[in-house]
Amino acid sequence: MSFFPYAVAAWLFIIGLYGIVTSRNFVHLVICLAVLQSSTYVLLLSIGYRVGGTAPVFAGVPVGTLAVDPVVQALMLTDIVVEATVVALLLALALQLHKHANTLDPDKLKALEG
Amino acid sequence: MLFLQFTILTFVTVTATAVVLTRDPAKQAIGISFYGLVMALMFFIFQAPDVALSQIVIGAVALPLMILLALTKIRRHEEEQRERKEKKSA
Amino acid sequence: MIFFLLSAAVFGGVYLWGLKGLPPMGHYRGPYGDVLNQVATYERHVTDIVTAVNFDYRGFDTLGEEFILFMSVVGGTVLLRRQREEEKSEHKDQALSDESPERQAPEPSDATRVLTLGLVGPLVVFGLYMVAHGQLTPGGGFQGGVILATAPLLVYLGGDLKKFKQITSHTLVEVAEAAGAGGYLAIGFAGLILGGAYLRNVAALGRTGMINSGGTIALINLATGLEVAAGFVLLLYAFLEQTLEIRLRGGK
Repeated sequence: MSFFPYAVAAWLFIIGLYGIVTSRNFVHLVICLAVLQSSTYVLLLSIGYRVGGTAPVFAGVPVGTLAVDPVVQALMLTDIVVEATVVALLLALALQLHKHANTLDPDKLKALEG
Repeated sequence: MLFLQFTILTFVTVTATAVVLTRDPAKQAIGISFYGLVMALMFFIFQAPDVALSQIVIGAVALPLMILLALTKIRRHEEEQRERKEKKSA
Repeated sequence: MIFFLLSAAVFGGVYLWGLKGLPPMGHYRGPYGDVLNQVATYERHVTDIVTAVNFDYRGFDTLGEEFILFMSVVGGTVLLRRQREEEKSEHKDQALSDESPERQAPEPSDATRVLTLGLVGPLVVFGLYMVAHGQLTPGGGFQGGVILATAPLLVYLGGDLKKFKQITSHTLVEVAEAAGAGGYLAIGFAGLILGGAYLRNVAALGRTGMINSGGTIALINLATGLEVAAGFVLLLYAFLEQTLEIRLRGGK
């Protein structure tokens, strides 16, 4: 039963990928990309967790207490900010696409013109 | 408290599936705001307070805001196109 | 569709088979987390280990990530700039003077206005508190910066569109973002000049638990908070400007 978080991470990845592949609207695609990125958070989090451990902040708590891994949390922190910026850039691209091609459907886009 | 961890992970799975299977982007924006909150709760239960703070502000406020603003602009643009077509044909 | 299901099943199988090699959840094995938990408070006099890892032990990675944020804000503002045909069409459509626009937009209710404008002050103070106490309690530059960036949003929600435009399109915001990013680089160079390695912790370390502990960690925290706050304000303004100009000029 301790394999469950890894299975959740795999399921989130696959369902996000399914949403991207069968999407008919660019904004829907961007949101499914955000779900796909959150599968890496679950994976990193479950690698660093320790049963009975507390948060790696030692304000008022003596230094020797059992704590979870801080390195993985530092990785996740920057990852979340990068997710927000990727979504922002992709939404700006989708807006420009709609202005030029008048559609948001990935299937209706023909070959690149220009 | 492993029972709490398993519950929140099941909740995350169900919410993610619901977000992906919603096809309308406007409804999905609300869905991803709720999903951000559930993820922040998961980070909190897994003893990661820094990450939970970051996820709450970005995943529940900034992300749905940008999505809704993009959708507003797209809808405004479609209405303008429709008005221009009507003016041309009239 | 069948092709996707087949390849997803194969991918899922290989992924799960690879993940079986990891230790089961809850039995973290690696040495680095334990070493850092024991050592970081004595070495750097900070109590928040995650911030210390972010800005000191792995400070170079955070520098790269901050520049990812910087470049994507630049990219977003460039992509959402006013195109030439948009400006022409708006000059053709508008015939009203600039005095009637505020009456066209729907006014928010009094309760909304009181609540949002009353909360702007506490939100700014809370964001600054979160940035300044990054090395003591959970928080830091990124979290506090994004909290600070949502304060102008409350002004927008309160209906004061002209004030919002004045706050966020000022050149000071762009200067603040550049100063934050450049400040991080400059602190790294100070580490190079005074300590022999880029981003080495060369400032006075202070006492554990005080707000000026951690040396360069506190300084980098402030620079990052400034940069993230200004960057997100610019990004949100670029998105809001798409809908704002039409409302300010007497649109529907």
